[in-house]
Amino acid sequence: MDTVFKGEIHLTRYLDQQGKLLAPLPDIPELPSRLVSCYRNMVLARALDSKAIALQRTGQLGTFASMLGAEAIDVSIGQCMKPEDVLIPYYRNHACQLMRGLPIDQLLLYWGGDERGSAHPAMGQDFPNCVPIATQALHACGVATAIKIRGEKRCAVTVIGDGGTSKGDFMEALNVAGAWQLPVVFVVNNNQWAISVPRVIQCGAQTLAQKAFGAGIRGEQVDGNDAIALHQVLELALERAREGKGPSLIEAISYRLADHTTADDATRYRDNEELKAAWEREPVKRLRSYLHSEGLWDEEQEKCWQEEVNRMVQEAADAYLAIPPQPVESIFDHLYAELPERLREQREWATVKAMPGGSHHE
Amino acid sequence: MSNAITMVEAVNLALGRAMSQDEKVVLLGEDIGTNGGVFRATVDLKAKFGNKRVLDTPLAETMIAGLAVGMAAQGLKAVAEIQFMGFIFPTMEHIVGHAARLRNRTRGRLSCPLVLRAPYGGGIHAPEHHSESTEALFAHIPGLRVVIPSSPARAYGLLLAAIDCPDPVLFLEPKRIYRASKQPVEDNGVPLPLDTCFTLREGDDITLISWGAMISETLQAADRLADEGVSCEVIDVATLNPLDLDTMLASVTKTGRCVIVHEAPKSGAVGAEIAASLSERGLLELRAPIARVAGYDTVMPYYRLENHYMPNSADVIDAVRQTLEFA
Repeated sequence: MDTVFKGEIHLTRYLDQQGKLLAPLPDIPELPSRLVSCYRNMVLARALDSKAIALQRTGQLGTFASMLGAEAIDVSIGQCMKPEDVLIPYYRNHACQLMRGLPIDQLLLYWGGDERGSAHPAMGQDFPNCVPIATQALHACGVATAIKIRGEKRCAVTVIGDGGTSKGDFMEALNVAGAWQLPVVFVVNNNQWAISVPRVIQCGAQTLAQKAFGAGIRGEQVDGNDAIALHQVLELALERAREGKGPSLIEAISYRLADHTTADDATRYRDNEELKAAWEREPVKRLRSYLHSEGLWDEEQEKCWQEEVNRMVQEAADAYLAIPPQPVESIFDHLYAELPERLREQREWATVKAMPGGSHHE
Repeated sequence: MSNAITMVEAVNLALGRAMSQDEKVVLLGEDIGTNGGVFRATVDLKAKFGNKRVLDTPLAETMIAGLAVGMAAQGLKAVAEIQFMGFIFPTMEHIVGHAARLRNRTRGRLSCPLVLRAPYGGGIHAPEHHSESTEALFAHIPGLRVVIPSSPARAYGLLLAAIDCPDPVLFLEPKRIYRASKQPVEDNGVPLPLDTCFTLREGDDITLISWGAMISETLQAADRLADEGVSCEVIDVATLNPLDLDTMLASVTKTGRCVIVHEAPKSGAVGAEIAASLSERGLLELRAPIARVAGYDTVMPYYRLENHYMPNSADVIDAVRQTLEFA
């Protein structure tokens, strides 16, 4: 019998749980300053997260998907992407979206039930949050197809949860990415839980990264709580994609430290001991310890930055809360490039009902 | 110079014309490249425009639609073929959940000018799942345009318009009449409007409203009724969403009677929407109830019984006579 295929999945890790370096730093230009920037964005992400949950709990924001525990993954993606690359996110990429220019108040506006949160010009060609699971993986392949057809040196980056990898869209996306060698990078935030379903009953494969083998593309694991490892792996994958050397699947191992969303209660299905253990591995403290030990960050900087992010997030929350709702006719005005005649009457009626004295006046 | 060509040749002509005029037009689908499509709608286009403009995809409909969304959002004019409408369901999450919503949910920052082409309908003794008419599923979706041609010339002009359109368009090609007749079509690059019905025949006694392959049956009925002295106005709806109700209402106001003819099952179909809208706005103009000649509310039969299912010109004539007898 001949062996016709052999595959191995490697896990990249540079920092242990305490933030101690396990291997020599990867050769990435200006890595120390990038890691400091990375840390600052992770702290900002965490501050945003607490503020968003507080707003939701007090009835000032809709259902919110926390990214607690995914900060290193998201911020590293943000750092490794170039402005001309395209982000095709799922719904837990707040930090990356901010790093790509979305103002915090506009991000809150999205979760506050307003389409304008997906409209900000700073988002460029990036896709809005993708709610239907795994569909974004195919949009990323479409974006990558356009990039490849035009012969451009940029790439598409998309993120998906561990649950999303069970969907056909994800498998179809990997398949076409491999068949056409598309400039796309798939990042799986394997945070171990798809709402209440644990990773172990989500998929029988030992790793999610090995799904890449079935599509003929690179697959690897990385410690999703380790910003240095993430930088190393992402930098390489994105550059390969831009250079036309093909797609990659990166499974980042993390832990969802929050409920699935504010509408979820993870105590119904998740063991508290497991959560406590996960907090020992969390990414923000780990990077802070490393930066401290290298003399790249100190207590004074920490204190100043914490105050700064709290101020930024509070100001953004105030700005968000001051934004009045869109006029009702906006629900008609972007449906088609031009309003069809057939909808004119409904639009007028909606406007009349929204007027003082109308049945829909607030 | 215009040659007499079939509808499927007109589709091919329009695709080639659009690709010549605009290098952003990219075709994708199963077997559309070297093979030229199972109905030959894309024949020779890969040879002419190359494999960066005509993409033979892996066999996965969800992927085709999802890819088209991503490509369109990047400014390409993605024209995707789904081999048969019976296999369109895996695309729905992308067409309904994304293509039709992208402009709205980004307030115009991104848009999705894709065209999804699919042959549809019965009458060619095809295998199972190859003969359905499920246009109503899509005509219900805000943000999406649904367009169905009924002749070679309209296939040419409407497809050019669909490709040119900044909105996502589902373009359904009635395969029963792909090769049923030939018509001179001038390759002049002139699109037809997507916001109007087409009045194919003027008349005073009754308005017959139809689309797709049923237009042929409807026109045959109108011919025979003319021999009996009944003057039928025949309207090809062509764009099923958004509907041009004004043209239909003006006609019904003139004739006072209306029969709607379609192949899709009767209940919850586009004919029901047209009938309801005409009644809402024109009840007092009507002299008789609006009649519908449609497929049964059954699964599309396998081909031995499909002729029992498909409405034909005799059914249309019966409905017209009953309507005229009413008042």
